[in-house]
Amino acid sequence: MRRLDKLLFGAGLAMAAAGAATSAGAAEIVIGLQCDRTGPTQTVGTFLCPGYHDYVSLVNSRGGIEGHTIKPIEIDHEYKVPAGVEAYALHKKEGAVLIGLYGTPHTQALTQKLTEDKIPGTSPGFGTAAAANGEKFPYIFPIAASYWSQAAAGLEYVRTQLGGDLKGKKIAYIYYDNPAGREPLPVLHKLRDELGYELKEFAVPPPGIEMSAQVLDITRRYRADFVLSHLFGRAPSVSMKEFKRAGYPLEKVLGFVWAGGEADIAAAGGFDRVEGYSAMQFAGVGSDYAVLDDIRAMYKAQGKDAPEAMASTVYYNRGVFVAAIHLKAIENAIKAKGSGDIVGEDVKNGMEQIKGFTLGGLVPPMEITGFDHEGGGWVRIFQVQGANFVPTTDWFQGYRDTVVELLKADASRQ
Amino acid sequence: MFHRESGYYKTTYKGDMAFYPLPVGRWSVALVGFIFLVVIPLFLDPYYLSILCLISIAVVGALGLNILLGYTGQISIGHAAFMSVGAYTAANLITKLDWPFWLAVPSGGIMAAAVGVLVGIPSLRIKGLYLAIATLAAQFIIEWVINHTPAISGGVQASIEVPRPVVFGEAMNTEIELYYFLMAFAVIAIVATMNLVRSRVGRAFIAIRDQDIAAEIIGINVFRYKLYAFAISSFYAGVAGVLYTYYLSIANYEQFLIVVSIDYLAMVIIGGLGSVLGSVFGAIFITLLPIVIRIFMDSFGAFFFDPVILAQVTAQFRLILFGALIMFFLVVEPEGLNRLWLNIRNYFRIWPFSY
Repeated sequence: MRRLDKLLFGAGLAMAAAGAATSAGAAEIVIGLQCDRTGPTQTVGTFLCPGYHDYVSLVNSRGGIEGHTIKPIEIDHEYKVPAGVEAYALHKKEGAVLIGLYGTPHTQALTQKLTEDKIPGTSPGFGTAAAANGEKFPYIFPIAASYWSQAAAGLEYVRTQLGGDLKGKKIAYIYYDNPAGREPLPVLHKLRDELGYELKEFAVPPPGIEMSAQVLDITRRYRADFVLSHLFGRAPSVSMKEFKRAGYPLEKVLGFVWAGGEADIAAAGGFDRVEGYSAMQFAGVGSDYAVLDDIRAMYKAQGKDAPEAMASTVYYNRGVFVAAIHLKAIENAIKAKGSGDIVGEDVKNGMEQIKGFTLGGLVPPMEITGFDHEGGGWVRIFQVQGANFVPTTDWFQGYRDTVVELLKADASRQ
Repeated sequence: MFHRESGYYKTTYKGDMAFYPLPVGRWSVALVGFIFLVVIPLFLDPYYLSILCLISIAVVGALGLNILLGYTGQISIGHAAFMSVGAYTAANLITKLDWPFWLAVPSGGIMAAAVGVLVGIPSLRIKGLYLAIATLAAQFIIEWVINHTPAISGGVQASIEVPRPVVFGEAMNTEIELYYFLMAFAVIAIVATMNLVRSRVGRAFIAIRDQDIAAEIIGINVFRYKLYAFAISSFYAGVAGVLYTYYLSIANYEQFLIVVSIDYLAMVIIGGLGSVLGSVFGAIFITLLPIVIRIFMDSFGAFFFDPVILAQVTAQFRLILFGALIMFFLVVEPEGLNRLWLNIRNYFRIWPFSY
């Protein structure tokens, strides 16, 4: 009984302290963050979300943004849409000025609500590609290369790898058979007409753990010159194993942005087993960035070890990337407004001013404008070499004109 | 406890047919109605209304599954697929033909019912687990068809944006308006089900559930009534799908995956098979439980765990608690939350003069 008393007393104290803290820091700025730490894409969420929190803590430990503390409220939605809708309602109640979305169906489900409530939401690397058009979707910010831009950039990379000309080359596109997997098809088809390559599509039905038939088809019958692989969850690791088993050179396989995390490599048998596999990235990979050193220093100053999540640099760095873009937009908003009394619309405008913010190479040289909400669709290719991901290109865009043309065509469709 | 049950005589057939023959029943229902229709919308933050909106949709869907599983004894693991049929039917009609909600909602339901009848045909020959697998197949077939037919799904994204419903010239944009809109359908669904299960059709369902051979011998056309059950159940599912589409302003097949079917099964089983109130309890329980656990963890988690790993622990712990609580409630009362509620009510009915 005494323990219970203590516990209740402690709870009361903590609540009082929490109340005092909120009233003292009235200029706290709230961000809503949706995460998936327990659902089908937990291999992403368990690393991405800690990265986000660490960067925010780092900025807060340095006095916040223009003196304002940032408070991210994280909600785990298990990749379920109703839970995501409920999470958004809670974020709105708590006065969030910006929402970090997670998941393509969630982004689509919330697009209308975000626009009605004038709260910007970010969907880095997923969501609808057409949402990169800021004039049609004013409150959705992909902030990273959409699937269309990824497809275009992938083809650009394939072109350089195959000697500069794609005419007559055989490209295989193996994809997870869901809307996100089919999303790049318009770009691939349009560029096929322009560049004259041969394209064959290979669908992998969910849950994507059985694809030996498709891989055999690609390697033996179709004999592809290059493979673009757009897979999620467990599927990327299976594809690596299958291509390896079929004797196909992994140097000729390029994964989209969700097909190249450390966890995928580990699940495929480790770095030494998939030498040569490369994947596109929209945030820098590896731990040699000043901002990551700062985070490690912050933990050291608190007398703690750096979190294990930092070792998974692909997704952890993406968390840092998303947080950095978020806070930059808020900083722009506060500066423009001259006070911390900002609303979603201010953050939207702040987002559209982001330019030349590279965070020591972790963030691509993107430029978000009123029209271009993906900031140019930059990617960088990282290849498995030795026990590491090694960048084989600099940040680049692929066939930007074609992508912009498609964006405009989509906007005029309705 | 506070009321008298004796002394009320039924002198008319109408009185005999009443849902709530006792004044205390009528007053309780009126009170609950007053709370949900007046007090809650007036005093609660839109956030809580959004939870109630999700619950209203779940109630409609759960009632449908309960008619099939609880009253007729036919299992279906394709409930979410029927929801998606309704959702896409309505979305296409709304966007292409500009149909208003009062046409779109029933037509979504009717289309789902038609598909449901098709899926229900094997139920004549197969029962139990075999039927479960047949309906599971339906879930995947419907998913695949929607996913690969641009005429239905509206393109590669398989999602169709839908404008908000317009009621009496007023678009339902705010959370309060949507709450009333969805709550109206939930109430209609509840009243309709209560009437259905005491009608001739409902009694036939129950007879089939209890013993289908006996039902056939007393003159019930088992095949026809099984198909009725599938049709009605899918109709509810279709309507729930349309409501969900309206609520989110988008129809997207990823909102109706197999996990959702399982969630609905959980609602019906935990709520109580073969009871209307049980469906409502189940819908509330499954929707609310993750939220309650999260609030609990946010308030007290910091006492037990390091803040750095708290978010990770909260997420995992929530899943464990979710499963554990479902098991707990089923062990305490295998017949579901409805039976639990009846036990409590019956205890207090004679309290404090129990004998």
